[in-house]
Amino acid sequence: MTEETVVAAGPPPIVRIVTQRFDHPDSHTLDRYVATGGYEALRKALAGSPGAVVDEVKSSNLLGRGGAGFPAGTKWGFTPPGVWPRYLVVNGDESEPGTYKDRQLMERDPHQLIEGCLLACYAAGLSQCFLYVRGEMALAQERVAKALNEAYAAGFVGRNILGSSFSVDIVLHWGAGAYIVGEETALIESLEGNRGMPRLKPPFFPAAIGLYGKPTIVNNVETLSNLPWIVANGADAYKQYGSETSPGTRMFALSGHVKRPGVYEVQHGVTTFRDLLYSPQFCGGIRDDNRLKMFIPGGGSAPWFFEEQLDLPLEARPVGAAGSMLGSGAIVVMDHTTDAVKACLRVVRFYARESCGKCTPCREGTNWLETILQRIVDGHGRPSDLDKLLDIGDNISPGPYPAASWTDGGLDAVPFPPRQTTICPLGPSSVAPVVSALRRFRPEFEAKITKRSVNIPLHVEREGTRV
Amino acid sequence: MARLEPANVEIAHEIISRYPRPKSALIPLLHLAQEQDGWVSDEAMVHIAELVGCTPAEVIGTCSFYEMFKREPVGRYLVNVCTNIACQLLGAEDLLHHAERTLGVRAGTTTPDGLFTVEDVECIAACTEAPCLTVNYRYFYKVGPSDFDAIIADLRAGRRPTRCAAEPGEDGEIPAHGTLHRVRQSIPGDRRAGNADPDTAGEPAWLGAGGAS
Repeated sequence: MTEETVVAAGPPPIVRIVTQRFDHPDSHTLDRYVATGGYEALRKALAGSPGAVVDEVKSSNLLGRGGAGFPAGTKWGFTPPGVWPRYLVVNGDESEPGTYKDRQLMERDPHQLIEGCLLACYAAGLSQCFLYVRGEMALAQERVAKALNEAYAAGFVGRNILGSSFSVDIVLHWGAGAYIVGEETALIESLEGNRGMPRLKPPFFPAAIGLYGKPTIVNNVETLSNLPWIVANGADAYKQYGSETSPGTRMFALSGHVKRPGVYEVQHGVTTFRDLLYSPQFCGGIRDDNRLKMFIPGGGSAPWFFEEQLDLPLEARPVGAAGSMLGSGAIVVMDHTTDAVKACLRVVRFYARESCGKCTPCREGTNWLETILQRIVDGHGRPSDLDKLLDIGDNISPGPYPAASWTDGGLDAVPFPPRQTTICPLGPSSVAPVVSALRRFRPEFEAKITKRSVNIPLHVEREGTRV
Repeated sequence: MARLEPANVEIAHEIISRYPRPKSALIPLLHLAQEQDGWVSDEAMVHIAELVGCTPAEVIGTCSFYEMFKREPVGRYLVNVCTNIACQLLGAEDLLHHAERTLGVRAGTTTPDGLFTVEDVECIAACTEAPCLTVNYRYFYKVGPSDFDAIIADLRAGRRPTRCAAEPGEDGEIPAHGTLHRVRQSIPGDRRAGNADPDTAGEPAWLGAGGAS
């Protein structure tokens, strides 16, 4: 199917795989899960060999939903042969600005995630599973804890699962508020009881040397939540949805200036940004029928997209070639009333706050970016500041930074991902909003510097006193 | 404010027993200390170091990295207003100013009666329901100034906020600061598969039957 026919025919039909139980108010209970076909995939898997599950998942070409988009079945195969034990660490610590889907999956269908964990452990020979839930998500922790207790009591988790030789414990672990722990090696550090600072990689990825120095598979919540459906219905059924290179469905959280913000599960690779933003079955357009100014296509770390990119399909490769990424499935939409400089500052401030401090270019650079942007917003900007912003960005992420094309402005797309002088992508993420906004809205920045309008916080103005 | 109480030591031992290496239990135990006292005291950190077999310096090293751990007392209710991009676009900064003005405190500080601490926080994963806030990590969606006032009035009066988050099946109870999840994982002894010790564990039994290597 070409892009044109999709647009002409409207968005592809809605298919619900991971969100299929969300409409039931008791979707988080074992009763509802079992009544709707839950743990059948586990029974089916246990009746066959672990290799059969690996083959099924590999054949489904399920792509990891954490951001890198690596095929899940292939990732399992990276564990070195003959090295035991192997661990499964579930990354439920996604804290990317705009990302909402993983919390919903844990709160509304924890058993689906648990079954996914069990299937992964069985297939890849993983001896223990740690389910790391983000610290701030109290309800998700409660629901997962309750679901695990139910599943243990019913014999789905623990020793000799359903009477077989398959035994694995799933341990609920919870974080304490650090964005960087969503990075897989930082997640492992945190799980070992340390400060969540990423480990140097390459050469050794967690699949080879991970938790306690042993082979470790780190999978995202949404990735694992797809497994029960794939094993129960088969890879061929899964591949009839989505595109050839990005099969199945994917969840996207749409927030910001749209009429109906929400989390939508759509067919992967064939649905376009325009479908999501404007189709009545999804967001239904920009609020007050305003003009679209820009949108973040894949969480705070992603370089911004504009109107020209609306017809791109939701698929990693074309989005990467166009200068950004789908990341964690978070789309933040901004209409023409948005102040690009303030929006840029707000995203940069996040990275400045969350930098773990391990790598100098990020620790120092993100704070400099924030300081300079803040003074521009406050009306104290200097003419040299704009080039300085780009220069600092270049120290964190050398060379041309990924950005969207802009035919009217004479700019060509620079493909994602960026190069980096840091261990993990947090530093380069802070450069994304700066380069995106400066390439496209430089006059807005310049106006703030030359006009010197002072940014007085609302509450100070109202009270008439300076605090 | 002190070391863990005997009942909590018991829970601590159970948590530690789920990990192949005791230090992995550090973050859950710090949460346990915070649940007991509402914050994490030096004495509690020394006790945790004894329990997991590391130095107190290592405990404070981990503790100080994570922003949910408070190393000084905070209010009974921790009001976290999200001002990250999705919420900012829909008026989060005004909401934060309203919170500061209503409660008479700056973000990061506590009201004199010890009831409320206001914080300006990063994305709390409710972006489609912006602007949002959490009280002791319980969500409130699409919060306007009058909603905020109603939530505060309910909490002051000791009531469950009537305007509670919309997650299906949620009861609206807001436990005191420190208590995160009210349900603990408990693994019955006869159902435990056991830890996979990184030094001694071998090939899992179910692979022996053939299949994946």
